[in-house]
Amino acid sequence: MSHYEAPIREPLVLGDKSYHDITEDIAKPIEGAANKNWYIAFYISLAAMLWGFGCIFYTVGTGIGVWGLNKNIGWAWDITNFVWWVGIGHAGTLISAVLLLFRQKWRMAINRSAEAMTIFAVFQAGLFPIIHMGRPWNGYWVLPMPNQFGSLWVNFNSPLLWDVFAISTYLSVSLVFWWTGLLPDFAMIRDRAVKPFQKKIYALLSFGWSGRAKDWQRFEEVSLVLAGLATPLVLSVHTIVSMDFATSINPGWHSTIFPPYFVAGAIFSGFAMVQTLLGIMRKVTNLEDYITRMHIEYMNIVIILTGGIVAVAYATEFFIAWYTGSPYENYTYLSVGAATGPYAWAFWSLIIFNIITPQLLWIKKFRRSFIITFIISIAINIGMWFERFDIIAIVLSKGHLPSTWWRFEPTFVDVGIFVGTIGFFFVLFLLYARTFPVIAQAEVKTILKSSGEFYKKRREQGIPTKPAINLANVAGTSDKSNKE
Amino acid sequence: MYQFSGKLKTLSIALIILGALGIAYGFYSAPKTVEEAKEIIAHQTSHGDEHATSHDEVKVDAHKQDAHVAVEAHGAVEAHGEHHDAAHDEHVFHQLQNKPWSALYVALFFFLGISLLVLAFYAIQRVAQAGWSVVLFRVMEAITANLVPTSIIMVFVVIAAVMHWNHMFPWMAEGTVTVGHENYDAIVDGKSWWMNVPGWAIRSIVYLAIWNAYRWFIRRNSIKEDTANDGGKIYKLNYNVSVGFIFLFMITESMMSWDWIMGLDPHWFSTLFGWYVLASLLVSAVTVIAFVTIYLRSKGALPAVNDSHIHDLAKFMFGFSVFWTYLWFSQFMLIWYADIPEETTYFVARFNEYKLPFLAMVGMNFVFPILLLLNSDFKSIPWFVVIGGIVILFGHYVDVFVMIMPATVGAQWSFGIAELGSLLFFLGIFIYATFSAFAKANPIPKGNPFLEESEHFHYYNIEHRGEGSGDHH
Repeated sequence: MSHYEAPIREPLVLGDKSYHDITEDIAKPIEGAANKNWYIAFYISLAAMLWGFGCIFYTVGTGIGVWGLNKNIGWAWDITNFVWWVGIGHAGTLISAVLLLFRQKWRMAINRSAEAMTIFAVFQAGLFPIIHMGRPWNGYWVLPMPNQFGSLWVNFNSPLLWDVFAISTYLSVSLVFWWTGLLPDFAMIRDRAVKPFQKKIYALLSFGWSGRAKDWQRFEEVSLVLAGLATPLVLSVHTIVSMDFATSINPGWHSTIFPPYFVAGAIFSGFAMVQTLLGIMRKVTNLEDYITRMHIEYMNIVIILTGGIVAVAYATEFFIAWYTGSPYENYTYLSVGAATGPYAWAFWSLIIFNIITPQLLWIKKFRRSFIITFIISIAINIGMWFERFDIIAIVLSKGHLPSTWWRFEPTFVDVGIFVGTIGFFFVLFLLYARTFPVIAQAEVKTILKSSGEFYKKRREQGIPTKPAINLANVAGTSDKSNKE
Repeated sequence: MYQFSGKLKTLSIALIILGALGIAYGFYSAPKTVEEAKEIIAHQTSHGDEHATSHDEVKVDAHKQDAHVAVEAHGAVEAHGEHHDAAHDEHVFHQLQNKPWSALYVALFFFLGISLLVLAFYAIQRVAQAGWSVVLFRVMEAITANLVPTSIIMVFVVIAAVMHWNHMFPWMAEGTVTVGHENYDAIVDGKSWWMNVPGWAIRSIVYLAIWNAYRWFIRRNSIKEDTANDGGKIYKLNYNVSVGFIFLFMITESMMSWDWIMGLDPHWFSTLFGWYVLASLLVSAVTVIAFVTIYLRSKGALPAVNDSHIHDLAKFMFGFSVFWTYLWFSQFMLIWYADIPEETTYFVARFNEYKLPFLAMVGMNFVFPILLLLNSDFKSIPWFVVIGGIVILFGHYVDVFVMIMPATVGAQWSFGIAELGSLLFFLGIFIYATFSAFAKANPIPKGNPFLEESEHFHYYNIEHRGEGSGDHH
């Protein structure tokens, strides 16, 4: 990549930072002790998680009947939450893989946390396919394994089976991708650790990374290959999730736009969740110089774009539902029937939270405002939950036969499990924020001199940018040795 | 400055003339009456070549299906037997009459769509503040010059459809919305709020106007940018207008594909269709950018373009080929899987009557590019990119062909003088419009704030061949 950068690009690292400052800033939350607020947040999340686990045990022990499902609406909160969590996970891969392919340097401050979010969100998502089974103890039957039933195998025609492969592949690839990127950062923590136990742990986690030129060369090659593989993977995973619905013959579910539309929605909701998390994290971990206003703005632009794609898809769904001339299409989640029926509140929540509210981000002042960004990101998270709920519950509530029309009311167990997954997610994320380098320091160091505020200013003033510290200590990439 | 060579100009004019002759021949050989159509069919069958026979069989099948749908719509079963033969002859006659029109339309849509998507790709480069592609801006702008003549011809086609000079859009036929008329079609009547001739014509003109307005504006202001010393004012304005264009483009592109392509099969619908058309045209557009860039670079007209730029274009060709396949498969698989009759007819017709193009297209648009362009070294070697690109472009022409032809000419399709003539005609226009536009402006957009980044652009694992060491640091 070129070493020249146009002066009109905004700096990505603020302040007069040296390589050492970056290390210090990123290692600080790991090396210091947690404060009171962290413990409060952690215990609240833990309580929610334990409550959720209780609800899960209750469901499995007593039966699915403790949920609000009925014989017509066999999927509601369970699959809504599943799709919602999978969708949230997608932004992580998008940031680390797609933005890498597009050479977006601003991804470097956010990719680590976005990937962590992916993994923790996929954990939550992964719970639902198991716990919504009537007989979860037979869950392993979904795997095509030779067995004693005359080698009875699975039917590969079901999108629910594709889900198994998609989610498990997605989780494993994301995990490997994330961990590979962590190696140089764990090595950095290892090298700084003063407590023997801590040193031992990070020595184990960093797999003996020593940062030689050959290692870096292969590291970059691997990152690029994994990014190239993760991009079609991320598209296919949510595509397969969308096919749970789109392959069916239910009006409102059977729609060919679902694959790209679900993916766009996933990026939309995933970025909203990244905004929610980073909006807080940058403050509490004092990383405001790395996760800057500009990062927030760029993420908001991605939100406008994907939100726009989703809006076009809504319009298409609405239009084609009418264009088909099929009377059944009038009760689908995006139809006049839905807007005026018993679930009108869910329909309008979707429109307001997902389409109308995010349009505020067209205004530059708003998309550069932390507080407005935070509020809108929450609105999108709610809106995207409603999108999935509407697709699933509204469509199932009014099928082909009027004698099967029914409504869905969640029970406290439905709600409890959802709250539990939110708690579980935050338990994992809070632990992560205390033990993992939340910013990829090795990557940020590669852009410090091209995109750091200090260096950019000096270049503008025509002052030569001397190295701030001794070059021998710099862990830089192979192609960025000494040319400026 | 680049000089549009006399040789190339002569070639483009020769292509236009040759193409026009081919188109004229197509119209001349189309039947004028039902009797003539019968003769043509009889002639084909008597030849006894497999081609015609196999088509004949399938055609009857397909016709039965059509008739069936129509009968359902009528709700009158007795129409079936009596009018069958006469209706069938009439049907074939219309299909044969549509042939020259469809040949023209396929090529027109292909070239118009490519120019439009180059324009959209260009707008995206501006909005994304891309640092690599600035040295290609003038190439993209030049290609979009082709939008003007193709739009004018499209207006002519719109007028032709409205004036009933052809039978391309079955819903426009007389009486489709008149209850009791023999052409009455309840399904079309049900959507006459959208499918009505004035609405369709007005929408068509509006799409073309929006696209051409942006093209005219951005081309003019991009040249202004070269000399403007205004602290980035014009640059910023161009940015904002491009954002607005992308917004409008996203909407008009979907609607255009419903109006111009999906409407050819008025009983069929697919929510994905607009984006599927988009993907097909997008990959073709990037390929065309690569072709024109490689050609102009070989003539020394693009001194700032290096192998890394070609590599990036080839990456997009590769990536969007996969993206097209993703959407093609999503649409096909979901319809195949659920197998709802009203949707499946679309693929039944294509699978039965267009088996070779339908399947070959997947090979050309997916298998070939993915194998050829996966290798990083290959992507920066111009002749590899050209080979990959030729297959991609031909594959997507076939894609447009398979979108349009089954609806308009059904089993009567062939690739002959009229089809080839249309292609050559639009190719000639394309060459003339593109290179004369490129010759009119400085090939380097001097005023763009990202120009220097683009000139220094170097993708790290590309070895530079035949470039001075001063080109990059």
